[in-house]
Amino acid sequence: MSIRAEEIVFPTEAGLYCAPGGFHVDPLRPVPHALVTHGHSDHARPGHGTVTATRQTLEIMAIRHGEDFADSRRIAEGPMRIGGVTVSFHPAGHVLGSAQVLIAPDQGPRILISGDYCRSPNPVCQPFEPVACDVFVTEATFGLPVFRHPDPLAEMARLIASMAEFPDRPHLVGAYALGKAQRVIALARAAGHDRPIAIHGALKRLCDYHVEQGIALGPLVPATEPGDAQLILAPPSAFASPWVQRFRDPVLAYASGWMAVRARARQRRIELPLVISDHADWPQLTATIRELSPQEVWITHGAEDGLLRWCEIEGIPARPLRLVGYEDEAE
Amino acid sequence: MKAFARLLERLAFTAGRNAKLTILSHYLAATPDPDRGWALAALTGTLDLRQVSPSLLRRLSGERVDEQLFALSYDFVGDLAETIALIWPETPVADPTPEVPLSQAVALLRETGKLSLPAAIAAMLDRLTPPERLAFLKLATGNMRVGVSARLARIALAQAGPRSVEEIEEIWHGLEPPYLPLFAWLAGGERPAAAALAPFRPVMLSTPVSSDQLAGLDPADYLAEWKWDGIRVQAVAEGGQRRLYSRTGEDIGAAFPDLVEALEFEGTLDGELLIRRGAEIAPFADLQRRLGRKAVSRAMMHSHPAGLRLYDVLTWRGEDLRPLPLAERRARLEAADFPGGRIDLSPILPFASWDELARLRADPPSPVIEGVMIKRRDAPYLAGRPRGPWFKWKHDPMVIDAVLLYAQSGHGKRSGFFSDFTFGLWQGEDLVPVGKAYFGFTDEELRELDRFVRRNTVQRFGPVRQVAPLLVLEVAFEGLNRSARHRSGLAMRFPRISRIRWDKPAAEADRLETLQAML
Repeated sequence: MSIRAEEIVFPTEAGLYCAPGGFHVDPLRPVPHALVTHGHSDHARPGHGTVTATRQTLEIMAIRHGEDFADSRRIAEGPMRIGGVTVSFHPAGHVLGSAQVLIAPDQGPRILISGDYCRSPNPVCQPFEPVACDVFVTEATFGLPVFRHPDPLAEMARLIASMAEFPDRPHLVGAYALGKAQRVIALARAAGHDRPIAIHGALKRLCDYHVEQGIALGPLVPATEPGDAQLILAPPSAFASPWVQRFRDPVLAYASGWMAVRARARQRRIELPLVISDHADWPQLTATIRELSPQEVWITHGAEDGLLRWCEIEGIPARPLRLVGYEDEAE
Repeated sequence: MKAFARLLERLAFTAGRNAKLTILSHYLAATPDPDRGWALAALTGTLDLRQVSPSLLRRLSGERVDEQLFALSYDFVGDLAETIALIWPETPVADPTPEVPLSQAVALLRETGKLSLPAAIAAMLDRLTPPERLAFLKLATGNMRVGVSARLARIALAQAGPRSVEEIEEIWHGLEPPYLPLFAWLAGGERPAAAALAPFRPVMLSTPVSSDQLAGLDPADYLAEWKWDGIRVQAVAEGGQRRLYSRTGEDIGAAFPDLVEALEFEGTLDGELLIRRGAEIAPFADLQRRLGRKAVSRAMMHSHPAGLRLYDVLTWRGEDLRPLPLAERRARLEAADFPGGRIDLSPILPFASWDELARLRADPPSPVIEGVMIKRRDAPYLAGRPRGPWFKWKHDPMVIDAVLLYAQSGHGKRSGFFSDFTFGLWQGEDLVPVGKAYFGFTDEELRELDRFVRRNTVQRFGPVRQVAPLLVLEVAFEGLNRSARHRSGLAMRFPRISRIRWDKPAAEADRLETLQAML
């Protein structure tokens, strides 16, 4: 007799749990066995017994939380037998090392947990791989039809144009330390900006790691000694700290999908909002659901009401998991 | 339309005046006619377009987007035009359509009849990219809100070309969008004839002076008069055309038809706009009630009648008097007759020494006087703010000791510094916010204030920090009005931080009653 999807995977206090496999996916609190989709800190927390993830995600966790972030680690490679299910990891196109987790019971529905994902070309990570599944567990960070991320190169062109228009003003770009910062650097390089780019200390180790992994970022200098670097990257939190005071009359920019909404940019007092996102936008979310054509859609976090309504219109069974603890600000 | 959309977006997010000017002057220099002229008109509010109602826009988007999805999105975005710009479905087009010029969007909003307007707007939205859609919808709803005054636009024009802002102001009011003759002139062509009668002439402004600086000057070289606390205006009547301009050249006549009607002369006069009831001059707050209106009621004109108190004359019966010395201009003004009681001359103050003038300044005959003006007898009427011929010698400001309550970080040069300060006064055991100040301190003091805020933050509200009520700020201000919009019921004019009282305990700061008593 076939087992129902809700009996294989369901939300618990600690996060999404796979009962026959005995593991959690991206748990919010310490658990015996965690499968981690990617290295963002709200998904990849320290203190678990065993962590199974891609090699790059494990290395990123070690960089962020120290080598002892878990009792043991297991590199996800090919199909793996975990408890009573077969598990495989597939690229999610979100950040370096990011993966979707496919859970296949011997009998019963195949459940694909996307983690955070993105379908736009991204020079700093492998592209999203569509995987056939019966239940698609999707994020919905940008699950409203107002979110249509523009071409990131066009956004970069706006930054380059502003640097030309205000050659004497340093341009400070707020960018999340893992993924977004390296993507912004790669975009700047692709747009022909080959001068040194200054980076905040909090970005250094992750930038170095990307370079070690074969992703060219060009010349980087510390923001404390920027020389004549006009482009400076920092985690957004640095904008509220005295760190900013070292720059004379800076243009504050911020690279995030949220910058599509003006009120969000104003709230942060951003002068140059750059709509550059590592998450699927509305057309990508809906196109992915159409492409995978699952029997059911589960929505983990984000603007689930919008995506639920779309599924209702399309006649696709969908339900929200209402997982809390994943921050949309991590964009 | 793409360049216009980019312009609007940059202006909307840029707070600094100089940065705004750079963006605007670059746009004006780089954009071809007639689009740049239409953009200029749109920004300065001189474009007369068909106004599209929010309900029409909602109806149009309702035809394209699921109602629930629209409601969820609108709720998130918070602005109707922005929501529609972002949510409008992309229509796949076989070959990329050529870019829509701004002039075409303007023509649509100027010329389309009411019945065909909805379909025309929808068809236009289909052709535009999201940023262009937002720019178009802002045009259509007449809601630019990018913080560009006509004055700022004229300064940008001056920066983009070889003409001074004063030269541009002289001809500005005779011009119509899209301003082709203006741009041709700025490119080196012929100066457009000041087509309109009663144009604005650039105003002469003064610089502040202290008693120490006055000591080095000979009182015999100067005339003095009261500095009235109204609004400096230029009243022009030429060939039956009458206009009232602010000192930055905005036509404010629509708000003061009673005064405009009384401009029964032929010439250009410089004076102070005041509310006057017979001989009594009303406080600035009364004048404020009549500002910024598109139309004014009979009752308001009756209860708050506008008057003009004259300082100077620029032209008279076709003759340009600006090159004459002040003493001669004043004589011409005194020889003229202004019947009707709304217009009179600001009196000349008799004084032989600066001490004598100081005594007059200390005890003015009306509370609506904010100091004295000191002007060289032999100075011509010069455009702009030349240093020397005209001084303003204001009263000492009012001051109050208040407690710092909240701080917010600034923009541009003040990025990363807490530089916008909200302060309060005691009422019983509580501190009531009474105002906000952004300046008055030195760069060094700003660094000290920033450190204080960071060390004493008790709570954060987004970008705003609440600080422990420990630091006393001496706040100087120019006047005080009653205000229903402020919790304290009072609004200060021009408040700034005059001193940081590191030495004074917060408990000894002033009480709200003290401020109320200053009214």
